[in-house]
Amino acid sequence: MKKKEIANPRDAYGETLVELGGKYRDIVVLDADLSKSTKTILFAKKYPERFFEMGIAEANMISTAAGLASCGKIPFASSFAVFATGRVYDQIRIDVAYSKANVKIFATHGGISVGKDGASHQMIEDLALMRVLPNMTVLAPSDATQTRRIVELMAITEGPMYARIGRANASVLYKKEDLKGLTIGKGLVVKDGSDVSIIACGTMVDLAVEAQEKLLKNGVSVRVIDMHTIKPLDEKLVIKCARETNAILTVEEHSVIGGLGSAVSEVLAENRSSTKFKRIGVQDTFCESGEPEDLFEKYGLTTSHIVKTVRKFIK
Amino acid sequence: MKEHDEEFIRKLDLIAVKIRKHIIEMLYRAKSGHPGGSLSAVEAIVTLYFHHMRHNPKNPNDPNRDRFVLSKGHAAPTLYAALAECGYFDVKELLLLRQINCMLQGHPVCSRIPGVEASTGSLGHGLSFANGIALAGKLDKKDYRVYVMIGDGETDEGQIWEAAASASHYKLDNLTALIDRNFLQIDGNTEEVLRLESVRDRWSAFGWYVLEVDGHNIKEIIDALLTASEQKNQPTMIILNTIKGKGISFMENNIDFHGVPPNEMEYKLAMKELDTLQKALEITL
Repeated sequence: MKKKEIANPRDAYGETLVELGGKYRDIVVLDADLSKSTKTILFAKKYPERFFEMGIAEANMISTAAGLASCGKIPFASSFAVFATGRVYDQIRIDVAYSKANVKIFATHGGISVGKDGASHQMIEDLALMRVLPNMTVLAPSDATQTRRIVELMAITEGPMYARIGRANASVLYKKEDLKGLTIGKGLVVKDGSDVSIIACGTMVDLAVEAQEKLLKNGVSVRVIDMHTIKPLDEKLVIKCARETNAILTVEEHSVIGGLGSAVSEVLAENRSSTKFKRIGVQDTFCESGEPEDLFEKYGLTTSHIVKTVRKFIK
Repeated sequence: MKEHDEEFIRKLDLIAVKIRKHIIEMLYRAKSGHPGGSLSAVEAIVTLYFHHMRHNPKNPNDPNRDRFVLSKGHAAPTLYAALAECGYFDVKELLLLRQINCMLQGHPVCSRIPGVEASTGSLGHGLSFANGIALAGKLDKKDYRVYVMIGDGETDEGQIWEAAASASHYKLDNLTALIDRNFLQIDGNTEEVLRLESVRDRWSAFGWYVLEVDGHNIKEIIDALLTASEQKNQPTMIILNTIKGKGISFMENNIDFHGVPPNEMEYKLAMKELDTLQKALEITL
């Protein structure tokens, strides 16, 4: 098999902020003592006057970002997903979502691929927490190229937004020109197929594509959807998949409760879909310290687990 | 100086009485809300909106306006009454406080009410929000100032101290905070619930310039606000020594009126007291 090109979405985030910083003078960036990890440090170096180091004080960071937004700034506030959402839920709820503030919360280190830091740092509830907030757009880009495009869209689209990426390097799934037409709220059909649809987001899109390739060799036709926007969900595309394929499988590096899987199942249930349906993700448990690949293996987030689940579907 | 003119101060005192009448009327009609902390905040808010701040009710989004953030959002009636009297919206709206399909929510919300800068109600956020406005002002080299009122009980919240550290770190001398030091919170005296003293020393230790005034003395508030705006390289905290329930004899220092509106009898009594006060002030003008 051809070795895949690898890039880190965090680098993509930091570099895009620098690019956009030159274009849009109202962009400001806040971080809570993690700028080296979130890569906002790149922006800090280029535009020190528009970078605000907030220290280990995330609540203050979010509310301050909202204050900046009220004066026409476009603040990107960054931290690890666990600190950027759960720790500051009330600040996001009131100052960002309720206030319809133009604040962009961009989290890195989402999911269990954080690895050895353990469950305290493995955020598997962030998509759920952000999804229930009215007015909030929730995004989970799948590779470095898409991260660049999503950050750009966040900057030029008014309203409260949350995006999360992982810590690790990720396979490059797209070329820049593939994503020119990318729109918030419109899922991407990465591979077309007719037997089963896999709807994935973030880090799991890569695995879904791998599974699709393996299954194709066995004569199973799989459609892969990159659902980079969890909210507003592309309901039309979900319904289309339900109509055109025999089963739907969601895959996310997140709890199966409240995230992409839940969002898709809500659409299916309300549209009286009789499509077979299954959610792959963390099964309502806190995980543990370990190498990311060992954790993915233990908690069922692997290509082979996806392949196995699809096979069961079509039996 | 004009602002120290006795007659001018009496005019502001008279506005304060009007605001108190609005508060009582609003809470009585709404049959819910927070009289105590609304009444203690009146003089400071009146001084800001009717004298000190640069603002234009006809252009609530003027980028050069001074901003006021009511972090103790439960004093919303005071803010709403001041905004309405300034002309941000019709005074009639006040009577619809907390009613369904109406503009004035139980706690301030910036996306729905003209003149409201920040959505508050969950305590502890407002100082951080004000910091953001102050940082934007510095960045844009604008000369507006930002004012934020926090409750004394509100400083139990950890976020207040994150924000306190941040404001002094960033040398936000375009920020003036005011603390409504009425010594009462829902579960009792602030010193018994979670000791706050020395309030002055705490804020000084965080790098703030601290002033202390009688929070019901408009002349003192005016002077403190002027002194605060002359400070360089550090934010200012004005400790407003106030009385919870101020202006209504039976509500003063009475914790039962933190979050309970007046009943019909109490409403009539309160309005009678305020009418008497209003007449006494009007005679002197």
